[in-house]
Amino acid sequence: MKRTMHLSEIAHTRSGDKGDTANVGVIALLPEHYPILVRGLTPERVKAFLGDRVKGEVERFELPNLGALNFLLHGALGGGGTVSLRTDAQGKTYGAALLRMEIHVD
Amino acid sequence: MSIRIGNGQGFWGDWLEAPVRLIEQGPLDYLILDYLAEVTMSILQKQKQADPALGYARDFPPLVGRLAGAIRKRNIKVIANAGGVNPIACAQAVLAAAPDLKVAVVLGDDVFARINEFLAKGYDMGDMETGESIAGIRDRILSANAYIGAFPLAEALATGADVVIAGRCTDTALALAPMIHTFGWAVDDYDKLAAGTIAGHIVECGAQCSGGNCQVDWTSIPDLANVGYPVIEASADGTFIVTKHVGTGGRVNADTVKEQLLYELGNPRQYITPDCVADFTSIQLSDGGPDRVLVSGIYGGPRPPTLKLSISYANGWKAIGTLVYSWPQALEKARAADRIVRARLQSLDLSFDEIYTEFFGVNACHGGVAPANPDPPEVQLRIGVRDQNRKSVDRFTREMIPLVLNGPPGATGFGEGRPPVREIVAYWSALIPRDEIQTRVEVVS
Repeated sequence: MKRTMHLSEIAHTRSGDKGDTANVGVIALLPEHYPILVRGLTPERVKAFLGDRVKGEVERFELPNLGALNFLLHGALGGGGTVSLRTDAQGKTYGAALLRMEIHVD
Repeated sequence: MSIRIGNGQGFWGDWLEAPVRLIEQGPLDYLILDYLAEVTMSILQKQKQADPALGYARDFPPLVGRLAGAIRKRNIKVIANAGGVNPIACAQAVLAAAPDLKVAVVLGDDVFARINEFLAKGYDMGDMETGESIAGIRDRILSANAYIGAFPLAEALATGADVVIAGRCTDTALALAPMIHTFGWAVDDYDKLAAGTIAGHIVECGAQCSGGNCQVDWTSIPDLANVGYPVIEASADGTFIVTKHVGTGGRVNADTVKEQLLYELGNPRQYITPDCVADFTSIQLSDGGPDRVLVSGIYGGPRPPTLKLSISYANGWKAIGTLVYSWPQALEKARAADRIVRARLQSLDLSFDEIYTEFFGVNACHGGVAPANPDPPEVQLRIGVRDQNRKSVDRFTREMIPLVLNGPPGATGFGEGRPPVREIVAYWSALIPRDEIQTRVEVVS
């Protein structure tokens, strides 16, 4: 049994924006993947993975009814909305970036 | 008994055919459309200042004209926030395009002329995120609106209007209003109001819940070219079905609905609206058949004593310049070009609040998370600048294209010409006691 998997193997994501905060919804592909996400996809690990792309804190909320986690990445959009100079000023590719993450399964 | 509410537009600029197809390709009781991104209000306010007959979404009246026959024949109601900062002018234009329809407007959300009044009453309207005082932006404010909820829209539906035009209501209010109107929900029916709000959240981005922007098995989603925009079948008990017209492209299932539920979500237990606070952790989804998802179990809490103000203000200028370099050494050339542009700007003593470089094909989307791409076939260099000084930004726009002749070899991708300088319109959110906003409904003739 694998010790780690890529997030893309057990979840799908959708990201959006609220000002300079990006939100990333991480949804378990199957119900049995949700406990793995809860244990392994901590805000600290997400912040470490994304590095200096996220200037502020990372918060996590749980939606067990949907098998999903909602991450708020503060200071992640270069000012956000119309202020940001980034191509992805609205964080639409943040969810995909997170799919690269390795997550512990055990 | 259920009512069918279809969202034909997730934003102004969405697919023009979507609302027409929603009307033509299946049964529908209500057509809702969203026209107001935050930036839109500032644009419309400027238009109105230049011409008092403007300030609304000008695409909307011709659309209503195109749909008028079907609307009358099938008793379909249309609800849109196309009114912008001039709902009455919008209504008059709709009547000109469709004289047989009854049109009502909802007024009271526009508080651009009331900022001094609020300050005099002691409301500091400090920024909700930073706490900053509004004094810093007072002379740069471009628009100010209170987000109103669904009850004023339901009141407008009660006049028997075929078309209800609002200014700045919440997007979710567009879907909730028909439910309040039809089922007689009260201001303290928080669980049902939360359900209607969540239904609105699911459909507010159009096809983003019916197969658009869906990560799961996206290559197998049928016929996105003819994607069906979403329809809510709402029942009086607060349960509802998310679906789309039979025979349309796209897909509605738990995956597509969950992705949209999580979109632009903050604290899931505290989804605050003018009508209620909805709890997304109460949502239960179940399979309702092909392209049908049943949503139930929702509960919510009382609406807050405040309303949110959306204030836009001028905050400088920005421009984005690009050039493309091909293999060999595409990234090295792009990096060298970036250094040259920055050095030339510096030698002009030009500084910017921010100058930001991306290398497309290497790390523009995912930054340092993306693995190294040592030998790309091509790279697009993209430099953005912003500053309060328009002249500095304007000078920057002249500094990219010369590199085709005086920079690293093999530059292309300059055919769009010198980039435009754009005004930055930023947003300020503040709270105001809800009693300060009085909405009213007028039937326009």
